[in-house]
Amino acid sequence: MKRLLKGGRVVDPASGVDGRFDVLIDGDRIAQVGRDLPVSLAEGGDVLELGARLVVCPGFIDMHVHLREPGQEHKETVATGVLSAVAGGFTAVACMPNTKPVNDNAGVTQLILQKAREANLARVYPIGAVSRGQKGAELADIAELREAGCVAVTDDGLPIATAILARRALEYTSMFGMPVIEHCEDQSLKGDGVAHEGPVAASLGLRGIPGVAEAITAGRDILLAEMTGGQVHIAHMSAWTTLEAVRQGKGRGVRVTAEVCPHHFTLTDDLLAAPIPYDTNAKMNPPLREERDRQAMIDGIVDGSVDVIATDHAPHHYDEKNVEFDRAPFGIVGLETAVPICLDRLVRAGLIRLPRLVELLSVNPARILKVPGGTLAPGSVADITVLAPDLPVTIDRDTLRSKSKNTPYHGWTFTGGVAATLVAGRVVFSSPEAGWPTRRA
Amino acid sequence: MDVPVAATALRQRNLLGIADLSPGEIVLVLDTAEAMKEVGRRAIKKVPTLRGRTVVNLFFEPSTRTRTSFEIAEKRLSADTLNVAIGTSSVVKGETLVDTAMNIEAMSPSMIVLRHASSGACHLLARICKAAIINAGDGMHEHPTQALLDAFTIRERKGRIGGLKVAIVGDLLHSRVLRSNLLLLTKLGAEVWVCGPATLIPPGLDRLGVRVTTRVDEAVEGADVVMMLRIQLERMEGGYFPSLREYFTTFGMTDARLGRAKPDVIIMHPGPINRGVEIASEVADGPYSVILDQVSNGVAVRMAVLYLLAGGADDETVA
Repeated sequence: MKRLLKGGRVVDPASGVDGRFDVLIDGDRIAQVGRDLPVSLAEGGDVLELGARLVVCPGFIDMHVHLREPGQEHKETVATGVLSAVAGGFTAVACMPNTKPVNDNAGVTQLILQKAREANLARVYPIGAVSRGQKGAELADIAELREAGCVAVTDDGLPIATAILARRALEYTSMFGMPVIEHCEDQSLKGDGVAHEGPVAASLGLRGIPGVAEAITAGRDILLAEMTGGQVHIAHMSAWTTLEAVRQGKGRGVRVTAEVCPHHFTLTDDLLAAPIPYDTNAKMNPPLREERDRQAMIDGIVDGSVDVIATDHAPHHYDEKNVEFDRAPFGIVGLETAVPICLDRLVRAGLIRLPRLVELLSVNPARILKVPGGTLAPGSVADITVLAPDLPVTIDRDTLRSKSKNTPYHGWTFTGGVAATLVAGRVVFSSPEAGWPTRRA
Repeated sequence: MDVPVAATALRQRNLLGIADLSPGEIVLVLDTAEAMKEVGRRAIKKVPTLRGRTVVNLFFEPSTRTRTSFEIAEKRLSADTLNVAIGTSSVVKGETLVDTAMNIEAMSPSMIVLRHASSGACHLLARICKAAIINAGDGMHEHPTQALLDAFTIRERKGRIGGLKVAIVGDLLHSRVLRSNLLLLTKLGAEVWVCGPATLIPPGLDRLGVRVTTRVDEAVEGADVVMMLRIQLERMEGGYFPSLREYFTTFGMTDARLGRAKPDVIIMHPGPINRGVEIASEVADGPYSVILDQVSNGVAVRMAVLYLLAGGADDETVA
């Protein structure tokens, strides 16, 4: 079936396209991008008149989510996770292996992929464990994981336990061209910390996690990537010192990339004190840091040191968060808040332009994970995110599609949202109030 | 510095921390405690102020001094008191703090006095309970009634707080007594010096309006008040310092060190003391020590807090 998207602003930095174009989809592929394509091209299919306010982008890929299945289906399932993803404008997600059991073997990978096929919404790319059981002792069966469909490996939730294991992982994955994704955190420095180490933690009496706990592990792995020629991706970067390590590595030509989460460039640890003191929805790992760190993340996004924006979507049940701060699990949901935050706080704020945002959310994740998408060039998959940059969006935890509601952004208003999400040419999410045409032109 | 004028009432229905109190409110508590101390001098140490009110002392951490002090204060005000200790509660069966609190709340107590190992536990309860919450120590965060009784004791001895040099020495990282005291003392205009091993100084403490030093002589020099903090013995195992012996030789308060302070210095300690660790017996038992006065004053100050919070509550039996 053919589908013609007429009249939107097409932003496809991989093809150097930014302007008013029409996009013709044929089946699950992009057929043509051009000015004023004749309606007759979509003979027998759909013609959708988008209007100039909507922006057509290659589908956004969130390369850092926790879908919790198998094992913690009370928090999220693959089905609810991908529903949340497409509602948030993501056509694909890469899911972390810290499930129960851990995704360290083909059986778990196949289960996740089977659930994703049944849900049939966003694409799901499992990420396998670096070490068996994420125990940090021996490598998992990485070739088997890759064969089953894993696109990367990580021990996320924990760092790779030792330098020698990180070295082996970088060497071993280089045979397959897979990245090693690292949750950077020196465990001895983290200790039993629950908040960023600084004046806020000092005054609230919370045990601290210093920023350098992150930078030390990042530095270790960047050096190891340099030595081995492996590819390392720094997950959820939060500290200015880590950004410095990434910049230095890139400057020396190391194969290192880095991602930042929306909360780390919009929020600081001040949120732990007010408006809700000890709000467990402001507790995540890495923790919300200081203004200097927040500003550094913005600087990295602007100057290109940051490659990817990912959400670290970490659903937790209400009961698990409704406890003492130090007993609450780390993490917040992010799939349905990321696009409004980025459109408002980065693009509308004038810090970056839309093509750069598309690089961060689509082009670079596709390149790093070596998965389809990241472009609207003819012949590529018809995974498309349609943005409504003028749409006022108020975050309401009760209307989130995710099974969990643990967001610190409840009640916040942003300008910019998602009009539609297309996966393999199929409209899997659309919002008439955002301007998506309700009837065919 | 001008002495703040006492407020006429507390604005908040809970006492979660000194952070929420204005200087005037602190003075109000201290002034009220003067009257309460007088009750303690009577033969019949009881007034009907809280008659018919139920106060639940909910203690999730072991405590002798604070729990006893609150209970005596409640009884002197004629409240019906109930002690819930962790060993006998449902918590051992896996009940959450929120569920425990909601069950107690369902029995309509007027106030809950909470001691808990987690910083912020009182804030959590305050969000779900109609009963007034009094913080009797939450994790490493605050212990407001301790700071109030310390201030009461200082004011009783020195006549003022503003302008005094107060040195606080010990474990600055884990101490809720420190946090409440530095907030209170700086609000009332004292010059606060804090001192401890560098491993037990939380980064960012210097941005909270106090002078931070690792040299105990510098902290004590010319001090009007020296307040020692308890060194918890398990901290040594945490690697914060090499040995109790070395801690004592480097930071322990001795007569020789105290010689640098003002001649009329007072020495304080929230208890329980570790003799020969943070404080020499000759100092703890010596002429400058007001450690047992602190304990006596604790009852009066807690009576004042209970009384003032009851006055702000919306049921009918206001004193």
